[in-house]
Amino acid sequence: MPAPDAPPGHESARTDRTVLDARDISRALTRISHELLERNKGASDLVLLGLHTRGVPLARRIAEKIAAVEGAPVEVGELDVTMYRDDLRSQPTRRAHKTALPAGGIDRKVVVLVDDVLFSGRTIRAALDALADLGRPSAVRLAVLVDRGHRELPIRADHVGKNLPSALAERVSVRLSEVDGTDEVTIS
Amino acid sequence: MKHLLSVDDLSTDEVEAIFATAADMHDVQSREVKKLPALRGRTVVNMFFEDSTRTRSSFEIAGKWLSADVINVSAKGSSASKGESLRDTVLTVCAMGVDGLVIRHPASGAALQVSQWVDAAVVNAGDGMHEHPTQALLDAYTLQRRLGSLAGRHVAIVGDLTHSRVFRSNVQCLTKLGAHVTVVAPPTLMPSGIRAWSESAGFETSYDLDAVLPEADAVMMLRVQRERMSGGFFPSPREYTVGYGLTRDRLSRLRPDVPICHPGPMNRGLEIAADAADAAQSVVLEQVSSGLAIRMAVLYHLLAGESDGGIS
Repeated sequence: MPAPDAPPGHESARTDRTVLDARDISRALTRISHELLERNKGASDLVLLGLHTRGVPLARRIAEKIAAVEGAPVEVGELDVTMYRDDLRSQPTRRAHKTALPAGGIDRKVVVLVDDVLFSGRTIRAALDALADLGRPSAVRLAVLVDRGHRELPIRADHVGKNLPSALAERVSVRLSEVDGTDEVTIS
Repeated sequence: MKHLLSVDDLSTDEVEAIFATAADMHDVQSREVKKLPALRGRTVVNMFFEDSTRTRSSFEIAGKWLSADVINVSAKGSSASKGESLRDTVLTVCAMGVDGLVIRHPASGAALQVSQWVDAAVVNAGDGMHEHPTQALLDAYTLQRRLGSLAGRHVAIVGDLTHSRVFRSNVQCLTKLGAHVTVVAPPTLMPSGIRAWSESAGFETSYDLDAVLPEADAVMMLRVQRERMSGGFFPSPREYTVGYGLTRDRLSRLRPDVPICHPGPMNRGLEIAADAADAAQSVVLEQVSSGLAIRMAVLYHLLAGESDGGIS
């Protein structure tokens, strides 16, 4: 059953609709950066962990924006959750990416997981498992560029760039200049 | 990739994929919690019909750190010692619902044969004088970490080539990654037919270690396998050491940035002097930790995905 917000005729001829352009993405990330600073009362003890693939450049961009406001760098790392996925057995072998934590680790830090799209919540569940193996943060928060709904687990983002109610059959694509050469979020 | 029987079965891309995963697995070794859940619910059996310390324990730890259930079967203490055939032993174990079978056997070709009998993924952990693919992968991985890229680098493999499966797998792996390989051994320990193989595979042979060493970017010493020798391959251990051992004198002439490898166990004083084994440029212990990372990567690639899934 097509969702009420699905574009007309999307089943026969799929067309990409741009939901966020480069300026929208930048604005959303600026807002998330300010929200993080306000919630955390500054950037102390803050560690941003980007989830592969597109969460990593997003985390770096947020870190840059926070650094510009605070005047001091904020720690950024990369987290790969491949080994922690619950669908490893049902798909061809996935290639693992790098996990790189900041030198100071994550113990007693406020860790912000950064990802591009929040969908079923299973990636975030895997990320929470991975974090538990890596250390013990004082708090874990979640920041995503797009929340498209359809959660399969009780997981909610603390900071959302854009809520994008979508039909299950629709495809939300985030493209970032670091990976794809352009900045945009489309739905098709 | 369903099994890992030979380095020859792997494409260069697959070798690189295993190395990339191994690099991640290497990071896990420095963590407080060394477990990954990737192989939860999978069962791996290590079947060792030949004595082994590092390979068996390396596969055991690799499986356990990936959360697989691992059991070990050795020939001594198993029904094999009562005369049960390899086929019956393997089929009995696999009837218990095994997903992965790591096998070491004194007969060349045993792993390939076993792979034709069972549904489980088979990893060749050394078959007679034939192949030892995970050793070759870990050697190449260790050297790649030390030297950057292996392309164009000159690796000297020295010692008992006739009885060495490590040498056979290493030649395949190193040449696949673009290294220039020279194998050095006394004429009595050069395998028959090596000339034709060296021409087709593009590596060189030499009887003169002192001529090869100055050119080498890495030196890989092989163990003199006295347990596989039936006759006089060299007049005396002393004579072997003088001609082909990495002695203190040869060590002093080696560039300090040339890594020294040895697959172990080492015959100190025979093929490698204690000074060379313990030298700052010796990567023997690094090979052991790399071995763990490589075996984790191999088990992950064979067993994590759906049963017919390959490396992607």
